[in-house]
Amino acid sequence: MKDKSLISITDFSKEEYIQILDIAADFENNPNQKLLLDHVVATLFFEPSTRTRLSFETAANRLGARVVGFSDTGSTSVQKGESLKDTIIMVSGYADIIVMRHPREGAARWASEVSSVPVINAGDGANQHPTQCLLDMYTIRQTQGKLENLNIAFVGDLKYGRTVHSLVQAMCNFNATFHLVSPQELKLPSSSKMYIKEANLEYFQYTELADVIPFADIIYMTRIQKERFHDPIEYEKVKNSYVLDRGMLTNCKPNMKILHPLPRINEISIDVDDTPQAYYFKQAENGVYVRQALLAAIAGVK
Amino acid sequence: MDKEMRELKVTAIENGTVIDHIPANNVFKVIRILNLENNQHQVLFGDNLDSHKYGKKGIIKVSNTFFVPDEINKIALVAPTATLIVIKDFKVADKSKVEVPNQILKIVKCFNPGCITNHENISTRFTVIDKNDLKLQCHYCEKITAKNNIVFV
Ligand SMILES: [Zn+2]
Repeated sequence: MKDKSLISITDFSKEEYIQILDIAADFENNPNQKLLLDHVVATLFFEPSTRTRLSFETAANRLGARVVGFSDTGSTSVQKGESLKDTIIMVSGYADIIVMRHPREGAARWASEVSSVPVINAGDGANQHPTQCLLDMYTIRQTQGKLENLNIAFVGDLKYGRTVHSLVQAMCNFNATFHLVSPQELKLPSSSKMYIKEANLEYFQYTELADVIPFADIIYMTRIQKERFHDPIEYEKVKNSYVLDRGMLTNCKPNMKILHPLPRINEISIDVDDTPQAYYFKQAENGVYVRQALLAAIAGVK
Repeated sequence: MDKEMRELKVTAIENGTVIDHIPANNVFKVIRILNLENNQHQVLFGDNLDSHKYGKKGIIKVSNTFFVPDEINKIALVAPTATLIVIKDFKVADKSKVEVPNQILKIVKCFNPGCITNHENISTRFTVIDKNDLKLQCHYCEKITAKNNIVFV
């Protein structure tokens, strides 16, 4: 994977993903490995995302790399109308790896074509966020001891949630069965269902969260955003029907874990936080190890 | 209409390429896609001509110009019914149908308003994922531009 960019989850093979997850496990056991002492990592956030930026910068720091960059475009030459191409060419003359987030879809792919150093996509609009997908896979494997043959329930906004689309696509490599719980308006798009069908796997659709709790190995919760609804009355109707609380967990499988890409609003009530099923904060922590693994693999030191 | 009169409508060429059976009113799009505005040779064209097969059709004749398949197949997006006729010494040397190519470069706009190609000076690039129903997947934003939404740059 040395010198390779990661823009879309399809850029790496299944074997390469597994390799990243294995390296991440090594970093989880031993996070402080100064393997990138002579490296500069640029974190270019053309739109703010504090959570993702902190995770990448923590990963770079634990590897001993220096970090340069910006967390929004307010005080940069982008504000003066500099093209993305010019910004990327300039920064690729300074840094060894570029991590970027951008509000436009396709921006990271374009950047990887004009950059002389590898680019890691930390989110390009509604398109891709491959490191989120990797950390989700890492967390699933950690909690279940395997990636194969799992019953995975996705809950909430399955239409616009790019993390859901990417994870569905990735888990098609591992013989998953998909349980899709959402309001009618926010069902998984046909482009994602196509991947499931092509892999000859099964999916089931539900409108009631309670229906999937008894047999799910993983419940992947997402946030339902008000602005996704054309009709505010429809939002009011569904906003409280996809909320997971402690009382609903009495009949779940013993191995079941709850994941969420965070931030949550009210879709997981706080009384779930100290149950054995709650795993979303650990999932966020895992993001650092996965990003360490990716930086190290791309730099060619792991 | 007899043969002589038909030929008067668009004069015959000695050497070059005839693009026949272009859907009526798409002749100017084909001219743009093939960049014939900047061609140094003689270009003759007709639109809304009577056609036995299609009712109305367009035709273009370009002297001393021969297209490579990649170049000519771009016109399949606007003229899927087009026939290519290579003329040598006033005679038909070769006849073929256009074919939708695997990749579409530069000529089509991405349908997704949030796509980076609609905000920066970038040549578009699509993979044709469905040739019959014409579905183009953007190389950058990965969204699909379908037949009804195709707009030329
Ligand atoms: Zn696009």
